[in-house]
Amino acid sequence: MAMPHFEHHQPTSLEEALDILTRHGAEAKLMGGGTDLVMKMRAGALEPRHVVSLGRVAGLNRISYRDDDGLVIGGSTRISEVAAHPEVRRHYPALAHACSVMATPQIRNMGTVAGNLANAAPSADTAAPLLAYRASVVLVERGGRRQVKLTDFFKGPGLTDLEPGEILEAIRVPAPPNRCGSAYQRLSERSQVDIAAVGVAGFVALDLAGAIIGARLALSAVAPTPVRCPEAEALLEGQLPTPELLRRASVACVRASRPIDDLRASANYRRSMVQVLSLRVLEQCLALAKGESTPRV
Amino acid sequence: MAKQNIDLSVNGFTYRVAVEPWRSLAEVLREELGLTGTKVGCNQGDCGACTVLIDGRAVSSCLTLAVEAHQRQITTIEGLATSPDHLHPLQRAFIDHGAVQCGFCTAGMILSAKALLDQNPEPSEEEIRQGIAGNLCRCTGYVKIVEAISAAAQTLRGAREER
Ligand SMILES: Cc1cc2nc3c(=O)[nH]c(=O)nc-3n(C[C@H](O)[C@H](O)[C@H](O)COP(=O)(O)OP(=O)(O)OC[C@H]3O[C@@H](n4cnc5c(N)ncnc54)[C@H](O)[C@@H]3O)c2cc1C
Ligand code: FES
Ligand code: FES
Repeated sequence: MAMPHFEHHQPTSLEEALDILTRHGAEAKLMGGGTDLVMKMRAGALEPRHVVSLGRVAGLNRISYRDDDGLVIGGSTRISEVAAHPEVRRHYPALAHACSVMATPQIRNMGTVAGNLANAAPSADTAAPLLAYRASVVLVERGGRRQVKLTDFFKGPGLTDLEPGEILEAIRVPAPPNRCGSAYQRLSERSQVDIAAVGVAGFVALDLAGAIIGARLALSAVAPTPVRCPEAEALLEGQLPTPELLRRASVACVRASRPIDDLRASANYRRSMVQVLSLRVLEQCLALAKGESTPRV
Repeated sequence: MAKQNIDLSVNGFTYRVAVEPWRSLAEVLREELGLTGTKVGCNQGDCGACTVLIDGRAVSSCLTLAVEAHQRQITTIEGLATSPDHLHPLQRAFIDHGAVQCGFCTAGMILSAKALLDQNPEPSEEEIRQGIAGNLCRCTGYVKIVEAISAAAQTLRGAREER
């Protein structure tokens, strides 16, 4: 399949990028690393007349962390840069792990986290950890900015809250509290170099007595969008963790999933694996929160 | 739609080329610059045959638009040997360890290995396998490739200590 013919723009400032995007409206497509976009254009699924590349936009490629403010990932920051960042590895091991094992080294060097979210594949690997960390996205257009919770950002397979003319400028992740742990586990056919068939991310915070004061679980590849598991979270919160409690929570995670049969896995297999991986993720989170282990990225 | 003039800096030489914006870097390297060492296998990011380095990092040139590489530093397999008699230690090791059969994956393998060793001069076997996880080989079974990369790492460390 031949590539569609388009004009390519490489703006160097956010203002310039927004101007080009606004000028060309529905005929323009943003490009981060292009790892999804080029594939879709080559398959004939997208035929933009204008491609607006974000790679040279000043200030868009950044990662910063502050204890009071948390983590900010820019709208053109590469997956491999997030995976290698020392403070991401220390404070957000579930995200660091997802960014180290997804796709291939080449694709991680090209692809961006913003592109992974904006592309909104149900299987997006960075989505589950970012949901578990309660991340938000900052969307900018010519008239101003708005911040949207990631839980409200995904609308369906390939669909998001992004309006034409908007750029995902940054991803904001709150700073983690004390005595917390987080983890991500995924299953795929070709070890890691493949789209995940199931992904589970978790976050658990404990109080001084060892009771769970905050729990979040998120799933990818088992519903039309990446999803949180509110029922499982409610079961865990306020409780002392016991093997029986974790088992019940992992069963509740299965109820949050709506998997389909496809070439990667059957719906039944996916349901079984959601339970298995949720339990493992919760055990990993608790071991980290209690200080019994250190992040394994 | 018009071609765009871009400067491609490949293996230390700068080429001014006019390209259509939808053409991949792999195509332009092969068809405009005649650098056919870079191979195209799947044309969809899966196999790694098209791997080149941009600013030192391994990327799939089949998914990279050539216009995106404007004024970036590109390294292809042609840039590794200093002369036909002086192969890069990775190239030497691939030959000595029998890590080349049909050779279609070799250029991409060696560039992924170079990116790895530039960042991590003393990788474990597991790290080597992760480093080439985006490169498929249909012939060798990978064992000899991993051995060759490990041997080249040693050679390169030796050369560094001598200096
Ligand atoms: C071989 C291969 C393996 C892969 N494996 C995985 C995997 O294991 N897990 C996984 O999750 N994904 C995988 N992917 C998919 C892809 O690499 C990721 O989704 C990647 O993060 C996309 O980022 P990008 O910057 O390349 O996006 P692009 O292709 O540049 O863009 C994707 C979409 O997002 C939009 N967009 C990009 N940046 C912005 C922005 N800042 N603001 C608004 N919209 C924006 C674009 O308009 C486009 O619609 C794989 C892809 C390939 C080719
Ligand atoms: S040809 Fe580019 S990855 Fe296969
Ligand atoms: S040597 Fe033939 S594909 Fe690797």
